[in-house]
Amino acid sequence: MPFGPCIAVTMDVAPYRLSGTVYGALLNHRTALRSLGDAINRPPYNGPPQAPVLYIKPRNTLASDGEAVDVPAGVAELEVGASLGVVIGRPSSRLPEDSALEYVAGYLIVNDVSVPHSTYYRPSIPFRARDGFCPLGPRVVPRTALANPDAVTIRIYLDDELRQTTTTAELVRPVAKLLSEVTDFMTLSPGDVLAVGVAAPAPRVRAGQRARIEIDGVGRLENRFVAGKA
Amino acid sequence: MKLARIACTGAIHAAQPQQLADGRAGVRLTDGRTLAEEDVVWLPPLEAGTVIALGLNYAKRAKELAFSAPEEPLVFLKGPRTLLGHRGVTRRPEGVKFMHYECELAVVVGRSARGVRRTDAMQHVAGYCIANDYAIRDYLENWYRPNLRVKNRDGATVLGPWLVDAADIPDPGNLRLRTYVNGKLTQEGNTRDMINGVPVLIEYLSSFMTLEPGDVILTGTPEGAVNVEVGDEVVCEIEGLGRLQNTIVGDAPFGR
Repeated sequence: MPFGPCIAVTMDVAPYRLSGTVYGALLNHRTALRSLGDAINRPPYNGPPQAPVLYIKPRNTLASDGEAVDVPAGVAELEVGASLGVVIGRPSSRLPEDSALEYVAGYLIVNDVSVPHSTYYRPSIPFRARDGFCPLGPRVVPRTALANPDAVTIRIYLDDELRQTTTTAELVRPVAKLLSEVTDFMTLSPGDVLAVGVAAPAPRVRAGQRARIEIDGVGRLENRFVAGKA
Repeated sequence: MKLARIACTGAIHAAQPQQLADGRAGVRLTDGRTLAEEDVVWLPPLEAGTVIALGLNYAKRAKELAFSAPEEPLVFLKGPRTLLGHRGVTRRPEGVKFMHYECELAVVVGRSARGVRRTDAMQHVAGYCIANDYAIRDYLENWYRPNLRVKNRDGATVLGPWLVDAADIPDPGNLRLRTYVNGKLTQEGNTRDMINGVPVLIEYLSSFMTLEPGDVILTGTPEGAVNVEVGDEVVCEIEGLGRLQNTIVGDAPFGR
Protein backbone atom coordinates (compact mmCIF):
# COMPACT_ATOMS: atom_id res chain seq x y z
CA MET A 1 0.00 0.00 0.00
CA PRO A 2 1.31 3.41 -0.88
CA PHE A 3 -0.15 5.06 2.20
CA GLY A 4 -0.10 3.48 5.59
CA PRO A 5 -2.89 4.68 7.81
CA CYS A 6 -1.71 7.35 10.25
CA ILE A 7 -3.28 5.61 13.17
CA ALA A 8 -1.87 3.67 16.04
CA VAL A 9 -3.21 0.13 16.08
CA THR A 10 -1.30 -2.68 17.70
CA MET A 11 -1.20 -5.78 15.53
CA ASP A 12 0.92 -8.76 16.51
CA VAL A 13 -0.39 -11.05 13.83
CA ALA A 14 0.29 -11.12 10.08
CA PRO A 15 0.15 -8.88 8.09
CA TYR A 16 1.14 -6.79 11.19
CA ARG A 17 -0.37 -3.58 9.82
CA LEU A 18 -3.64 -2.26 8.52
CA SER A 19 -3.87 -1.36 4.84
CA GLY A 20 -5.91 1.76 5.56
CA THR A 21 -8.92 0.50 3.59
CA VAL A 22 -12.03 0.17 5.72
CA TYR A 23 -15.31 -1.20 4.39
CA GLY A 24 -18.50 -1.57 6.35
CA ALA A 25 -21.82 -3.35 5.97
CA LEU A 26 -24.95 -1.33 6.66
CA LEU A 27 -28.32 -2.72 7.68
CA ASN A 28 -26.58 -5.96 8.55
CA HIS A 29 -27.86 -6.00 12.12
CA ARG A 30 -31.43 -7.17 12.60
CA THR A 31 -32.12 -4.24 14.92
CA ALA A 32 -31.09 -1.84 12.13
CA LEU A 33 -33.48 -3.43 9.65
CA ARG A 34 -36.27 -3.62 12.24
CA SER A 35 -35.86 0.05 13.12
CA LEU A 36 -37.01 0.95 9.62
CA GLY A 37 -40.40 -0.65 10.22
CA ASP A 38 -42.81 -0.65 7.29
CA ALA A 39 -40.80 1.99 5.46
CA ILE A 40 -38.59 -0.81 4.20
CA ASN A 41 -41.30 -1.96 1.80
CA ARG A 42 -42.35 1.49 0.61
CA PRO A 43 -40.78 3.83 -1.94
CA PRO A 44 -38.05 4.67 -2.48
CA TYR A 45 -36.75 1.39 -1.04
CA ASN A 46 -39.45 -1.04 -2.23
CA GLY A 47 -38.20 -3.96 -0.18
CA PRO A 48 -35.32 -5.05 2.02
CA PRO A 49 -31.81 -5.03 0.54
CA GLN A 50 -30.93 -8.14 -1.43
CA ALA A 51 -27.13 -7.86 -1.57
CA PRO A 52 -24.88 -6.64 1.27
CA VAL A 53 -25.15 -2.86 1.60
CA LEU A 54 -21.56 -1.71 1.76
CA TYR A 55 -19.80 1.57 2.31
CA ILE A 56 -16.25 2.85 2.61
CA LYS A 57 -14.69 4.84 5.42
CA PRO A 58 -11.91 6.71 3.59
CA ARG A 59 -8.48 7.28 5.10
CA ASN A 60 -9.30 10.83 6.27
CA THR A 61 -11.86 9.31 8.67
CA LEU A 62 -9.44 6.98 10.46
CA ALA A 63 -8.61 7.85 14.06
CA SER A 64 -6.84 6.13 16.93
CA ASP A 65 -8.01 5.09 20.34
CA GLY A 66 -8.01 8.16 22.56
CA GLU A 67 -8.13 10.67 19.74
CA ALA A 68 -10.73 13.46 19.84
CA VAL A 69 -13.50 13.43 17.24
CA ASP A 70 -14.88 16.76 16.01
CA VAL A 71 -18.61 17.34 16.21
CA PRO A 72 -19.11 19.69 13.27
CA ALA A 73 -20.56 23.13 13.91
CA GLY A 74 -24.28 23.12 13.24
CA VAL A 75 -24.65 19.46 14.21
CA ALA A 76 -26.02 18.82 17.71
CA GLU A 77 -25.27 15.13 18.03
CA LEU A 78 -23.45 12.30 16.30
CA GLU A 79 -24.30 8.63 16.23
CA VAL A 80 -21.87 6.15 17.73
CA GLY A 81 -21.95 3.05 15.56
CA ALA A 82 -20.22 0.17 17.28
CA SER A 83 -19.12 -2.72 15.12
CA LEU A 84 -16.85 -5.70 15.24
CA GLY A 85 -14.16 -5.11 12.61
CA VAL A 86 -12.79 -8.09 10.73
CA VAL A 87 -9.15 -7.66 9.68
CA ILE A 88 -8.21 -9.58 6.56
CA GLY A 89 -5.11 -11.77 6.75
CA ARG A 90 -4.75 -13.12 3.22
CA PRO A 91 -5.85 -12.02 -0.24
CA SER A 92 -9.53 -12.82 -0.24
CA SER A 93 -11.50 -13.35 -3.40
CA ARG A 94 -14.56 -15.57 -3.84
CA LEU A 95 -14.25 -17.10 -0.40
CA PRO A 96 -16.43 -20.12 0.28
CA GLU A 97 -18.52 -19.53 3.37
CA ASP A 98 -17.24 -22.63 5.13
CA SER A 99 -13.59 -21.58 4.98
CA ALA A 100 -13.95 -17.76 4.97
CA LEU A 101 -12.85 -17.34 8.57
CA GLU A 102 -9.47 -18.89 7.74
CA TYR A 103 -8.69 -15.70 5.78
CA VAL A 104 -9.23 -13.52 8.80
CA ALA A 105 -6.15 -12.21 10.62
CA GLY A 106 -8.07 -10.99 13.62
CA TYR A 107 -10.56 -8.54 14.98
CA LEU A 108 -10.70 -4.98 16.26
CA ILE A 109 -13.29 -2.43 17.31
CA VAL A 110 -14.71 0.05 14.80
CA ASN A 111 -16.61 3.16 15.81
CA ASP A 112 -18.53 4.11 12.66
CA VAL A 113 -19.40 7.69 13.57
CA SER A 114 -22.09 9.40 11.50
CA VAL A 115 -24.27 12.48 11.40
CA PRO A 116 -27.84 11.28 12.10
CA HIS A 117 -29.85 11.04 8.89
CA SER A 118 -33.26 9.66 8.05
CA THR A 119 -32.85 8.70 4.40
CA TYR A 120 -31.07 5.56 3.32
CA TYR A 121 -31.69 5.93 -0.39
CA ARG A 122 -28.66 8.00 -1.27
CA PRO A 123 -27.32 9.48 1.96
CA SER A 124 -24.90 12.31 1.53
CA ILE A 125 -21.26 11.27 1.95
CA PRO A 126 -20.49 14.00 4.52
CA PHE A 127 -22.73 12.12 6.97
CA ARG A 128 -20.14 9.33 7.21
CA ALA A 129 -16.87 10.48 5.67
CA ARG A 130 -15.85 13.52 7.72
CA ASP A 131 -12.32 13.69 9.09
CA GLY A 132 -11.96 11.52 12.18
CA PHE A 133 -15.30 9.72 11.80
CA CYS A 134 -13.82 6.25 12.07
CA PRO A 135 -11.92 5.59 15.29
CA LEU A 136 -10.69 2.02 15.35
CA GLY A 137 -8.45 -0.19 17.41
CA PRO A 138 -6.88 -0.19 19.84
CA ARG A 139 -5.42 -3.56 18.87
CA VAL A 140 -6.08 -6.39 16.51
CA VAL A 141 -6.67 -9.54 18.49
CA PRO A 142 -5.79 -12.72 16.60
CA ARG A 143 -8.59 -14.74 15.04
CA THR A 144 -8.08 -17.43 17.66
CA ALA A 145 -9.03 -14.96 20.40
CA LEU A 146 -12.69 -15.23 19.40
CA ALA A 147 -14.10 -18.73 19.44
CA ASN A 148 -17.14 -17.50 17.54
CA PRO A 149 -17.26 -14.00 15.96
CA ASP A 150 -21.02 -14.43 15.60
CA ALA A 151 -21.57 -14.51 19.33
CA VAL A 152 -19.75 -11.54 20.83
CA THR A 153 -21.28 -8.89 23.03
CA ILE A 154 -20.76 -5.23 22.20
CA ARG A 155 -21.38 -2.45 24.72
CA ILE A 156 -21.40 1.30 24.25
CA TYR A 157 -20.81 3.62 27.19
CA LEU A 158 -21.25 7.36 27.07
CA ASP A 159 -19.39 9.03 29.93
CA ASP A 160 -19.17 5.63 31.62
CA GLU A 161 -22.92 5.07 31.47
CA LEU A 162 -23.98 1.92 29.62
CA ARG A 163 -26.15 2.98 26.68
CA GLN A 164 -26.33 -0.03 24.40
CA THR A 165 -25.69 -3.75 24.63
CA THR A 166 -25.87 -5.78 21.44
CA THR A 167 -24.53 -8.98 20.03
CA THR A 168 -23.18 -10.14 16.70
CA ALA A 169 -25.57 -13.09 17.04
CA GLU A 170 -28.12 -10.75 15.48
CA LEU A 171 -26.25 -10.12 12.25
CA VAL A 172 -28.39 -10.59 9.14
CA ARG A 173 -25.35 -12.09 7.42
CA PRO A 174 -23.00 -13.71 9.91
CA VAL A 175 -19.30 -12.95 9.45
CA ALA A 176 -18.39 -15.88 7.17
CA LYS A 177 -21.45 -15.42 4.96
CA LEU A 178 -20.77 -11.69 4.67
CA LEU A 179 -17.14 -12.33 3.68
CA SER A 180 -18.25 -14.84 1.10
CA GLU A 181 -20.80 -12.52 -0.52
CA VAL A 182 -18.56 -9.45 -0.44
CA THR A 183 -15.54 -11.20 -1.93
CA ASP A 184 -17.66 -12.55 -4.77
CA PHE A 185 -17.26 -9.19 -6.52
CA MET A 186 -14.52 -7.35 -4.68
CA THR A 187 -11.22 -8.69 -3.45
CA LEU A 188 -10.20 -7.87 0.10
CA SER A 189 -6.49 -7.45 0.75
CA PRO A 190 -4.37 -8.18 3.82
CA GLY A 191 -4.90 -5.45 6.38
CA ASP A 192 -8.29 -4.37 5.02
CA VAL A 193 -11.00 -3.97 7.62
CA LEU A 194 -14.64 -4.95 7.20
CA ALA A 195 -17.01 -3.58 9.84
CA VAL A 196 -19.71 -6.23 10.00
CA GLY A 197 -22.66 -4.16 11.14
CA VAL A 198 -23.97 -1.57 13.55
CA ALA A 199 -27.07 -2.03 15.72
CA ALA A 200 -29.94 0.42 16.00
CA PRO A 201 -30.79 2.73 17.56
CA ALA A 202 -27.22 4.00 17.74
CA PRO A 203 -26.58 6.09 20.85
CA ARG A 204 -26.03 9.78 20.18
CA VAL A 205 -23.15 11.74 21.57
CA ARG A 206 -22.60 15.48 22.03
CA ALA A 207 -19.46 17.56 22.15
CA GLY A 208 -17.92 17.21 25.60
CA GLN A 209 -18.84 13.55 25.99
CA ARG A 210 -16.74 10.41 25.80
CA ALA A 211 -17.82 7.27 23.96
CA ARG A 212 -16.36 3.91 24.88
CA ILE A 213 -17.02 0.71 22.98
CA GLU A 214 -16.24 -2.60 24.58
CA ILE A 215 -16.27 -5.91 22.78
CA ASP A 216 -15.77 -9.03 24.83
CA GLY A 217 -12.49 -10.64 23.91
CA VAL A 218 -11.41 -7.74 21.69
CA GLY A 219 -10.95 -4.78 24.00
CA ARG A 220 -12.17 -1.24 24.50
CA LEU A 221 -12.01 1.82 22.26
CA GLU A 222 -12.55 5.24 23.77
CA ASN A 223 -12.79 8.64 22.10
CA ARG A 224 -13.76 12.12 23.23
CA PHE A 225 -16.09 14.23 21.14
CA VAL A 226 -15.26 17.91 20.93
CA ALA A 227 -16.80 20.96 19.28
CA GLY A 228 -15.31 21.31 15.83
CA LYS A 229 -15.40 23.75 12.98
CA ALA A 230 -18.04 23.79 10.25
CA MET B 1 4.41 16.03 -18.96
CA LYS B 2 2.57 12.73 -19.42
CA LEU B 3 3.68 9.88 -17.17
CA ALA B 4 2.49 6.31 -17.13
CA ARG B 5 3.28 3.49 -14.71
CA ILE B 6 4.06 0.38 -16.63
CA ALA B 7 5.45 -3.05 -15.87
CA CYS B 8 8.02 -4.68 -18.12
CA THR B 9 11.29 -6.57 -17.92
CA GLY B 10 10.71 -7.45 -14.30
CA ALA B 11 10.05 -4.02 -12.82
CA ILE B 12 7.62 -1.17 -12.61
CA HIS B 13 8.72 1.91 -14.52
CA ALA B 14 7.71 5.48 -15.19
CA ALA B 15 7.21 5.95 -18.91
CA GLN B 16 6.47 8.75 -21.34
CA PRO B 17 4.78 8.59 -24.73
CA GLN B 18 7.15 7.84 -27.60
CA GLN B 19 6.32 7.09 -31.19
CA LEU B 20 8.38 4.14 -32.42
CA ALA B 21 10.51 4.21 -35.56
CA ASP B 22 7.90 2.15 -37.41
CA GLY B 23 5.18 4.65 -36.52
CA ARG B 24 3.49 2.61 -33.79
CA ALA B 25 2.55 4.10 -30.44
CA GLY B 26 5.01 3.30 -27.72
CA VAL B 27 6.60 4.38 -24.49
CA ARG B 28 10.02 5.53 -23.43
CA LEU B 29 11.25 4.47 -20.02
CA THR B 30 13.27 6.92 -17.98
CA ASP B 31 16.35 4.74 -18.59
CA GLY B 32 16.05 5.31 -22.33
CA ARG B 33 14.49 2.06 -23.49
CA THR B 34 11.55 2.27 -25.87
CA LEU B 35 8.81 -0.33 -26.15
CA ALA B 36 5.58 -0.74 -28.09
CA GLU B 37 2.35 0.07 -26.29
CA GLU B 38 1.22 -3.55 -26.45
CA ASP B 39 4.50 -4.94 -25.11
CA VAL B 40 4.11 -3.50 -21.62
CA VAL B 41 1.56 -3.92 -18.86
CA TRP B 42 -0.17 -0.66 -18.07
CA LEU B 43 -0.92 -0.01 -14.43
CA PRO B 44 -3.11 2.80 -13.12
CA PRO B 45 -0.84 5.84 -13.49
CA LEU B 46 -0.62 6.42 -9.75
CA GLU B 47 -1.04 4.51 -6.54
CA ALA B 48 -4.28 6.21 -5.65
CA GLY B 49 -5.37 7.13 -2.16
CA THR B 50 -9.06 7.79 -1.63
CA VAL B 51 -11.04 7.50 -4.85
CA ILE B 52 -14.04 9.80 -4.87
CA ALA B 53 -16.64 9.63 -7.62
CA LEU B 54 -19.45 11.93 -8.64
CA GLY B 55 -22.87 10.79 -9.78
CA LEU B 56 -25.15 12.81 -12.05
CA ASN B 57 -22.71 15.66 -12.56
CA TYR B 58 -23.80 16.39 -16.12
CA ALA B 59 -27.26 17.89 -16.59
CA LYS B 60 -28.22 15.83 -19.64
CA ARG B 61 -26.98 12.65 -17.99
CA ALA B 62 -29.18 13.36 -14.96
CA LYS B 63 -32.10 13.84 -17.33
CA GLU B 64 -31.23 10.62 -19.16
CA LEU B 65 -31.55 8.76 -15.85
CA ALA B 66 -34.76 10.66 -15.04
CA PHE B 67 -33.30 12.56 -12.15
CA SER B 68 -33.48 16.26 -11.57
CA ALA B 69 -30.05 17.76 -11.09
CA PRO B 70 -29.01 17.19 -7.47
CA GLU B 71 -28.84 20.11 -5.05
CA GLU B 72 -25.70 18.79 -3.37
CA PRO B 73 -23.01 16.93 -5.32
CA LEU B 74 -23.72 13.19 -5.24
CA VAL B 75 -20.55 11.57 -4.04
CA PHE B 76 -19.59 7.96 -3.59
CA LEU B 77 -16.31 6.25 -2.78
CA LYS B 78 -14.28 3.43 -4.27
CA GLY B 79 -11.76 0.98 -2.90
CA PRO B 80 -8.30 0.21 -4.27
CA ARG B 81 -9.08 -3.13 -5.94
CA THR B 82 -11.47 -1.65 -8.46
CA LEU B 83 -8.71 0.26 -10.26
CA LEU B 84 -7.36 -1.09 -13.52
CA GLY B 85 -4.80 0.11 -16.06
CA HIS B 86 -4.97 0.90 -19.77
CA ARG B 87 -5.46 -2.10 -22.08
CA GLY B 88 -6.82 -4.25 -19.25
CA VAL B 89 -9.87 -6.47 -19.26
CA THR B 90 -13.06 -6.03 -17.26
CA ARG B 91 -15.45 -8.84 -16.48
CA ARG B 92 -19.09 -8.79 -17.49
CA PRO B 93 -20.83 -11.46 -15.40
CA GLU B 94 -22.98 -13.98 -17.25
CA GLY B 95 -26.66 -13.11 -17.27
CA VAL B 96 -26.23 -9.37 -16.70
CA LYS B 97 -28.50 -7.18 -18.86
CA PHE B 98 -27.05 -3.69 -18.55
CA MET B 99 -23.38 -2.96 -17.98
CA HIS B 100 -22.13 0.40 -19.19
CA TYR B 101 -18.94 2.42 -19.33
CA GLU B 102 -18.61 5.98 -18.07
CA CYS B 103 -15.93 8.21 -19.54
CA GLU B 104 -14.86 10.71 -16.89
CA LEU B 105 -12.24 13.34 -16.25
CA ALA B 106 -10.19 12.16 -13.24
CA VAL B 107 -8.58 14.85 -11.12
CA VAL B 108 -5.53 13.91 -9.06
CA VAL B 109 -4.95 15.85 -5.87
CA GLY B 110 -1.43 17.21 -5.52
CA ARG B 111 -1.44 19.23 -2.34
CA SER B 112 -3.38 18.48 0.82
CA ALA B 113 -6.68 20.39 0.91
CA ARG B 114 -9.07 21.17 3.77
CA GLY B 115 -11.48 24.10 3.72
CA VAL B 116 -10.22 25.33 0.38
CA ARG B 117 -12.20 27.97 -1.51
CA ARG B 118 -13.01 27.39 -5.16
CA THR B 119 -10.86 30.34 -6.17
CA ASP B 120 -7.81 28.62 -4.67
CA ALA B 121 -8.80 25.07 -5.52
CA MET B 122 -6.74 24.56 -8.65
CA GLN B 123 -3.50 25.00 -6.70
CA HIS B 124 -4.29 21.62 -5.14
CA VAL B 125 -4.48 19.73 -8.42
CA ALA B 126 -1.45 17.67 -9.52
CA GLY B 127 -2.89 16.54 -12.82
CA TYR B 128 -5.50 14.63 -14.73
CA CYS B 129 -6.18 11.30 -16.30
CA ILE B 130 -9.02 9.50 -18.03
CA ALA B 131 -11.31 7.21 -16.08
CA ASN B 132 -13.73 4.63 -17.37
CA ASP B 133 -15.99 3.85 -14.44
CA TYR B 134 -18.09 0.80 -15.30
CA ALA B 135 -21.45 0.16 -13.66
CA ILE B 136 -23.68 -2.90 -13.70
CA ARG B 137 -27.15 -1.52 -13.34
CA ASP B 138 -28.74 -4.92 -12.76
CA TYR B 139 -27.30 -4.78 -9.25
CA LEU B 140 -28.60 -1.33 -8.40
CA GLU B 141 -30.75 -1.31 -5.26
CA ASN B 142 -32.40 1.57 -3.47
CA TRP B 143 -30.25 1.42 -0.36
CA TYR B 144 -27.20 3.67 -0.09
CA ARG B 145 -27.02 4.12 -3.85
CA PRO B 146 -25.00 3.29 -5.73
CA ASN B 147 -24.00 0.17 -3.85
CA LEU B 148 -20.51 -1.26 -4.16
CA ARG B 149 -21.74 -4.27 -6.10
CA VAL B 150 -22.62 -1.82 -8.89
CA LYS B 151 -19.66 0.51 -8.61
CA ASN B 152 -16.75 -1.07 -6.77
CA ARG B 153 -16.21 -4.32 -8.59
CA ASP B 154 -12.70 -5.70 -9.06
CA GLY B 155 -11.08 -4.18 -12.14
CA ALA B 156 -14.08 -2.09 -13.16
CA THR B 157 -12.61 1.40 -12.82
CA VAL B 158 -10.07 1.93 -15.57
CA LEU B 159 -7.60 4.74 -15.02
CA GLY B 160 -4.91 6.16 -17.31
CA PRO B 161 -3.10 5.82 -19.56
CA TRP B 162 -1.16 8.86 -18.39
CA LEU B 163 -1.09 11.18 -15.44
CA VAL B 164 -0.94 14.51 -17.25
CA ASP B 165 0.50 17.50 -15.39
CA ALA B 166 -2.04 20.14 -14.44
CA ALA B 167 0.17 22.75 -16.13
CA ASP B 168 -0.45 21.04 -19.48
CA ILE B 169 -4.23 21.38 -19.18
CA PRO B 170 -4.92 25.11 -18.84
CA ASP B 171 -8.71 24.71 -18.74
CA PRO B 172 -10.07 21.41 -17.40
CA GLY B 173 -13.52 23.00 -17.74
CA ASN B 174 -13.45 22.78 -21.52
CA LEU B 175 -12.33 19.34 -22.63
CA ARG B 176 -14.09 17.12 -25.13
CA LEU B 177 -14.87 13.56 -23.97
CA ARG B 178 -15.65 10.72 -26.34
CA THR B 179 -16.25 7.01 -25.99
CA TYR B 180 -16.01 4.51 -28.82
CA VAL B 181 -17.28 0.95 -28.67
CA ASN B 182 -15.61 -1.21 -31.32
CA GLY B 183 -14.61 1.96 -33.12
CA LYS B 184 -18.10 3.46 -33.17
CA LEU B 185 -18.68 6.77 -31.38
CA THR B 186 -21.26 6.18 -28.63
CA GLN B 187 -20.71 8.98 -26.12
CA GLU B 188 -19.71 12.57 -26.62
CA GLY B 189 -19.64 15.45 -24.21
CA ASN B 190 -17.61 18.33 -22.86
CA THR B 191 -16.46 19.02 -19.33
CA ARG B 192 -17.95 22.52 -19.63
CA ASP B 193 -21.35 20.84 -19.16
CA MET B 194 -20.53 19.64 -15.65
CA ILE B 195 -23.05 20.82 -13.07
CA ASN B 196 -20.23 21.27 -10.56
CA GLY B 197 -16.85 21.95 -12.10
CA VAL B 198 -13.49 20.94 -10.64
CA PRO B 199 -12.98 24.02 -8.40
CA VAL B 200 -16.47 23.68 -6.89
CA LEU B 201 -15.97 19.96 -6.29
CA ILE B 202 -12.69 20.57 -4.47
CA GLU B 203 -14.31 23.30 -2.37
CA TYR B 204 -17.23 21.00 -1.53
CA LEU B 205 -15.17 17.90 -0.72
CA SER B 206 -12.55 19.77 1.27
CA SER B 207 -15.34 21.34 3.36
CA PHE B 208 -15.77 18.07 5.24
CA MET B 209 -12.80 15.87 4.40
CA THR B 210 -9.09 16.40 4.05
CA LEU B 211 -7.99 15.65 0.52
CA GLU B 212 -4.49 14.20 0.42
CA PRO B 213 -1.91 13.94 -2.36
CA GLY B 214 -2.83 10.99 -4.53
CA ASP B 215 -6.55 11.17 -3.87
CA VAL B 216 -8.52 10.99 -7.10
CA ILE B 217 -11.81 12.65 -7.99
CA LEU B 218 -13.83 11.13 -10.82
CA THR B 219 -15.98 14.00 -11.99
CA GLY B 220 -18.94 12.20 -13.57
CA THR B 221 -19.96 11.23 -17.07
CA PRO B 222 -22.05 12.90 -19.76
CA GLU B 223 -25.02 11.23 -21.45
CA GLY B 224 -24.56 8.34 -23.83
CA ALA B 225 -23.52 5.46 -21.58
CA VAL B 226 -24.71 2.37 -23.45
CA ASN B 227 -24.59 -1.34 -22.77
CA VAL B 228 -21.43 -3.27 -23.61
CA GLU B 229 -21.07 -6.96 -24.36
CA VAL B 230 -18.33 -9.56 -23.96
CA GLY B 231 -15.66 -8.98 -26.59
CA ASP B 232 -16.32 -5.26 -26.96
CA GLU B 233 -13.38 -2.91 -27.10
CA VAL B 234 -14.15 0.32 -25.27
CA VAL B 235 -12.01 3.41 -25.82
CA CYS B 236 -12.47 6.59 -23.79
CA GLU B 237 -10.81 9.77 -25.04
CA ILE B 238 -10.39 13.12 -23.42
CA GLU B 239 -8.85 16.03 -25.24
CA GLY B 240 -5.22 16.42 -24.20
CA LEU B 241 -5.21 13.31 -22.01
CA GLY B 242 -5.02 10.54 -24.58
CA ARG B 243 -7.10 7.44 -25.15
CA LEU B 244 -7.88 4.76 -22.60
CA GLN B 245 -8.62 1.29 -23.91
CA ASN B 246 -10.38 -1.60 -22.22
CA THR B 247 -11.84 -4.93 -23.32
CA ILE B 248 -14.92 -6.63 -21.91
CA VAL B 249 -14.49 -10.31 -21.10
CA GLY B 250 -16.85 -12.95 -19.78
CA ASP B 251 -16.71 -15.35 -16.87
CA ALA B 252 -14.54 -17.97 -18.57
CA PRO B 253 -11.10 -16.43 -17.94
CA PHE B 254 -12.04 -16.31 -14.25
CA GLY B 255 -13.02 -19.96 -14.17
CA ARG B 256 -16.60 -19.11 -13.34
